[in-house]
Amino acid sequence: MGAGAGTGGMNAADIPFLPRGVRVKECKIREGWFLLAPERAVKLDQVGAHILGALDGQRDFAGVVAHLAAKFDAPVERIETDAGKFLTDMINRRMVEVA
Amino acid sequence: MNVPLKNAEQDMRAALARTPVPMAMLAELTHRCPLKCPYCSNPLEMIRKSRELDTETWIDVFHQAAAMGVLHVHLSGGEPASRRDLPELLTGAREADLYTNLITSGVGLTAAKFADLAERGLDHVQLSIQGVDGGTADRIGGYKGGFEKKMEVADWIAKEGIPLTINAVMHRQNLDRLADTIDLSVKLGARRLEVAHTQYHGWAYKNRTALMPTMGQVKRGGEIVAEARERLKGTLVIDYVTPDHLADFPKPCMGGWARVGLNVTPEGKVLPCHAAETITTLEFENVKDRPLTEIWDKGDAFRAYRGVDWMQDPCQSCDRQAKDFGGCRCQAFAWTGDAAAVDPACSKSPLHGEMRAAAIADGEVQADEFEYRLM
Repeated sequence: MGAGAGTGGMNAADIPFLPRGVRVKECKIREGWFLLAPERAVKLDQVGAHILGALDGQRDFAGVVAHLAAKFDAPVERIETDAGKFLTDMINRRMVEVA
Repeated sequence: MNVPLKNAEQDMRAALARTPVPMAMLAELTHRCPLKCPYCSNPLEMIRKSRELDTETWIDVFHQAAAMGVLHVHLSGGEPASRRDLPELLTGAREADLYTNLITSGVGLTAAKFADLAERGLDHVQLSIQGVDGGTADRIGGYKGGFEKKMEVADWIAKEGIPLTINAVMHRQNLDRLADTIDLSVKLGARRLEVAHTQYHGWAYKNRTALMPTMGQVKRGGEIVAEARERLKGTLVIDYVTPDHLADFPKPCMGGWARVGLNVTPEGKVLPCHAAETITTLEFENVKDRPLTEIWDKGDAFRAYRGVDWMQDPCQSCDRQAKDFGGCRCQAFAWTGDAAAVDPACSKSPLHGEMRAAAIADGEVQADEFEYRLM
């Protein structure tokens, strides 16, 4: 697995994490999960909530993909594409950082 | 016309008919501020310290807001650091599980005070800058040494790792330095930059001939932002809205009246937007008299222009009504005396040409003296 094709630019060894000032919150009134960031509240769908839930500051991108593929018994390639695109979008919006 | 509504439009109308859940609350903790910016968004008549809500009331308001579904609280002013109980207020907001944003000039903070706020869980800081060099910035803010102080505060924010947004209010006297403003934001480690064209209400309206940019400046500004956005993708997010007098359609002011956010003034009045008191035909209720959720749901001022049912033409029959909500109610009132009229920023307004011509004329006036904000 490398940068570019299909992963939206994520590298296998990148460790994505939520930086200070970005957090996930469950809103009971709206019955949903939100990613809270400066001036932004992004309603997360199931996929997004699980991807962000897998970021523990330890797992690299390959680890995140393996974790989700095992958890949902889904093909690695598909998870890699979905998670790669989602995380790249979040990185461009400065809601996720990479170590 | 009896054209059948499309499903999407029916859904939109159904959603607008329900009372929305607010996302954000602007808590104007105080009107006190060491700066005297001539475009201050506080009203011309400001609330004195003796009339400010006390610590307990504010904390109760934070809990009420969170229970209604508010996610973000913006701790603002005036200068919020002018409140000695800012640390307790911040802790109160965090304990209510709100995302906390400090909107500050930086003046009044010290390294120790800021470290304490960071320790208490401050989520985000929005730091204002009036210019990119001490001479210009301090003249605009009316406070000597302000610029230098801000640079110091930005450094503390970066060291704590708290995300920083730079808020740069732009006008004729600093718009030519927009590229430098963007560079400075990157240098200070900001993740976001709000390039906020002055809104011409209150103090800014008083100072419009000193502030209104020329058409050329605004056009160039848009190009600079477009180029920088592309170049700085992943480094700096730039928020930019074309100023009213150059736009063909109005801004979706507040994301729609009483739809996304609410504002609490230093004395506890609850407003649908910070400038709403300029609409003198409305009365606003106070958190000391009625629960926040009731004011939001049932208060006359909130229901007045919520949704789309209050609209007149051209808004009533306009296909953009749920995109821009007819624009700004305050601006409509200021220009027509009727807050339900279309915002004159809209090209469908009969006053659009007059508004644009007035803005262009103000921009051409070569008078740079300010009438500074005074308490």
